[in-house]
Amino acid sequence: MNLNLLAILPEALLVLLAVAILILDPLFKADSRRVNLGWLAAGGLTLILLISFLAGQPAQNELTLGGMVRFDWFAFAFKMFFIFAAAITALLMMDVDALANRAEAYVLLLAATIGMNLMAASADLVMLYLAIETTSIPLYVLAGFLTDNDKSTEAGFKYLLFGAMTSAILLYGFSLLFGFAGTTNLAAMAVSLATPTVFSLGALLLVLVGFGFKTSIVPFHFWAPDVYEGASTPIAGFLSTASKAAGFAVLLRFSLTVFPQTGSQWQYTLAVISILTMTIGNLVALAQKNIKRMLAYSSIAHAGYALIGVVAASTLGTASAVFYMMAYILTNLAAFAIVTVAGRVIGSDDLRAYDGLSRRSPYLALAMLVAFLSLAGMPPFGGFVAKLLVFAAGVEKGWIGLVIAGIINSIIGVYYYLTTLKYVYLYRMEGEDEESYPIPVSRPYAIALTVLVAGVILLGTFFAPWYDLTVKAAASLF
Amino acid sequence: MIPVSYYLALSAILFTTGMFGVLIRRNALVVFMSIELMLNAANLSLVAFSRLYQTFHGQIFVFFIMAVAAAEVAVGLALIVTIFRSKQSIDLDQMNSLKG
Repeated sequence: MNLNLLAILPEALLVLLAVAILILDPLFKADSRRVNLGWLAAGGLTLILLISFLAGQPAQNELTLGGMVRFDWFAFAFKMFFIFAAAITALLMMDVDALANRAEAYVLLLAATIGMNLMAASADLVMLYLAIETTSIPLYVLAGFLTDNDKSTEAGFKYLLFGAMTSAILLYGFSLLFGFAGTTNLAAMAVSLATPTVFSLGALLLVLVGFGFKTSIVPFHFWAPDVYEGASTPIAGFLSTASKAAGFAVLLRFSLTVFPQTGSQWQYTLAVISILTMTIGNLVALAQKNIKRMLAYSSIAHAGYALIGVVAASTLGTASAVFYMMAYILTNLAAFAIVTVAGRVIGSDDLRAYDGLSRRSPYLALAMLVAFLSLAGMPPFGGFVAKLLVFAAGVEKGWIGLVIAGIINSIIGVYYYLTTLKYVYLYRMEGEDEESYPIPVSRPYAIALTVLVAGVILLGTFFAPWYDLTVKAAASLF
Repeated sequence: MIPVSYYLALSAILFTTGMFGVLIRRNALVVFMSIELMLNAANLSLVAFSRLYQTFHGQIFVFFIMAVAAAEVAVGLALIVTIFRSKQSIDLDQMNSLKG
């Protein structure tokens, strides 16, 4: 039996870090606990990122650990994204007192990251289900972590309710797929399901409900705005980036492995869902007054764009979807980082509370400019290259209508991103005395924002090495 | 031997009952019970198929599902208790502070 333990190197290190945090937590003094825990988690995650990147690269694509996980570049690339997102989230959590003083918050974050890593790698229904739940359950707790805050507990509960229901539907779909195929291995299932029947398509739709919840695509998106609004901002950022990217990793691997033949019904289903997701996400975002809800609908719309790459189902399509997720993780984490920093001082997530932000903190406003223009898909930022690639992949496979819908939607998106920037740059605070209300940026936030903004610009200008990585990842699925 | 279709029919009935329970009932605890019903529908069909194919995959899957369901319910009940403490109610219709 093939047992390549290198395949789970990042996860093993994450478990070690989680145990280290739990053991060291009681040893920290009360006044330095917050700082120590945060740097331990963020530093440990950065170290894991480095070690896994240097030592854990897959030599060839292989099915390992009893056929449960696949060790390939696709999984590897996504694992790097998730660990990076977790490291940034750990930095962002440091100045949110209710989270940062509790070692459990960091351990839950690490547990969710382990789940996401396994989601990207799993090649078997059993493993896939366990990975999805390992991701979801810690995230339910994190969303409802602020137990003295009604909104947070309500967010956690809504997330749990939607999550438990969709995962039960997903599981029923899995059980039927197991019944039709007689195996739980994804690659072996493809052989048995080569000629789709009405029943196997029905099972596929059930499975799609579960994946749709994780990626928050229409019509399984209802939870997203409520949960992002109620959960503390760093957690909302983690949910909207890493958790969504994990959903896409599963969606890509599942659809390309189990239904490798092109022109099949799932492509048309996903194309329709993609158009609906983009349109509904963008149109509802236009009407939002709360920045976290606006970012939630914008993140729904972004799932729609990334779906174009999934629908294309080619090497370029997969590479573009992976690239989209990479750019999206950087950009949206930056957006949520800014909301975390500003929200702490302003004490409100209302869009109009951002009036005159450019005078209160010029650097924060500059970071916001970069993040929002990248979300809108403007060059020279990462979001532009990502959109260009998914649209190119769509055109290459003849999904012209879908691409046109995507372009129209990007234009709608520009409106509400620029409206927010208008409040930040052109409007003034009520008393026009912004200088007396500065927004301090503490060191962890400064580090996180610098890394994210540099990453967004790097992806948009010097994108060849990153694109090569995504092509390498995509090639391992074909 | 009872044909596998009988098990599947029962499983489909259980799943539909659970689904309707989730959609219609407004008591958070009853909704959780309905979700359990949906999970058990999946368990039943997994075990039935497992016997049909004479493999253990499905049965082992069921053990994992039972463990996961217990974890999920533990988190859910913790959240229900927290919500009940502040609202004195676990009616889903009253959880409406987040909207827009």
